[in-house]
Amino acid sequence: MGPLIPQGIIAPEWNFIIALLLGIGFGYILEAAGFSSSRNLVGLFYGYDFVVLRVFFTAGATAAAGIVLFDYFGWIDVGQLYVQPTYWGAAIVGGLIMGLGFVTGGFCPGTGFAAASIGKLDALMLVFGLFVGAFIYGETYPLIQNFVNSGNEGGIKVYDSLGMSRGFFTFLLILIAVGMFYAVPLIEKRVKKPDY
Amino acid sequence: MEKKDVKKPNPDPKKYMNPYLAGVILGFVLIAAFYFSGRGLGASGVPKRITAATVHVLAPGHTEHSVFYSKYTNKPGGPLKDFLNFEVLGLIIGGFISGALSGRLKFTVEHSPKITSRKRLLFAFIGGILFEYGASMARGCTSGAALGGMAVLATGGFVTMLAIFGGAYMFAYFFRKLWI
Repeated sequence: MGPLIPQGIIAPEWNFIIALLLGIGFGYILEAAGFSSSRNLVGLFYGYDFVVLRVFFTAGATAAAGIVLFDYFGWIDVGQLYVQPTYWGAAIVGGLIMGLGFVTGGFCPGTGFAAASIGKLDALMLVFGLFVGAFIYGETYPLIQNFVNSGNEGGIKVYDSLGMSRGFFTFLLILIAVGMFYAVPLIEKRVKKPDY
Repeated sequence: MEKKDVKKPNPDPKKYMNPYLAGVILGFVLIAAFYFSGRGLGASGVPKRITAATVHVLAPGHTEHSVFYSKYTNKPGGPLKDFLNFEVLGLIIGGFISGALSGRLKFTVEHSPKITSRKRLLFAFIGGILFEYGASMARGCTSGAALGGMAVLATGGFVTMLAIFGGAYMFAYFFRKLWI
């Protein structure tokens, strides 16, 4: 029963090799889906290309439903999976700053690394910015640490927050994703893709 | 005629994978990450760790007194021996393999003809700073917080995802000249 490494079923030395292989799969898909071009990514925010929404929600819904099924069949102990703690204020403010970073930079960190790997110099510049951003965060951390560490609600689950059962929420997530997949072509048809 | 086409390594460099197929495969990669390692994929954690390691080499006294850096530098094994660093190394290799197979390896600055490549590079740099700063606050970026959070149905993941995309829509109008 998974997760295999946290439970010692596979030796922890394998974790780095597994990480490398998972990363190769991740990077391959990001590049192959067109996420190595900022033009494809920001299409989401201007309405001419929703490839990000299609890949992101298909992946998220597949993984969420898959983990629920793995749990149902007793293949994985969900209690041992890492669930990020919810800090409402930091998640919202941090998210908004990332949104601003997305429309100025054109990539998120993962897609930036993938695009830099095929020679996109704009992505390489973004990656350079990531390191500078980490440094500025490290130096300004004392000023904001009270805020970013306030209101920790722990690893709460979205279906509990919404007062739903896990199964119903997962079903709803798939339904919302499929609904969006049908709706976005209507927008794409009306917005011209910039040609460059 | 047909033989000639087969010989060409790359008849159409712009052809991308079907997004739903890509999404399902990415979903499987994510399930595998949780099944093997008990965690999701990430990206923004790597610049933090490498920056902490660099500052630690240049100014060890500074990192020891810093609440932020010491979280990484005091870890057993240090900030570099970490799942995320190996995963992002793989990400770069995987991106390169896909780019090589589809004929997309090329040094370029991709930008709208309405702006100069210098302006594109400047805004990419600013965007990188902002993205990493926000990701550090929110405890993850689009990969670690939003996508990984969705996989385990974490409230924080959904909140961060809505804030990233909501924020991008909010600010998109002001930066439209960069893109359209």
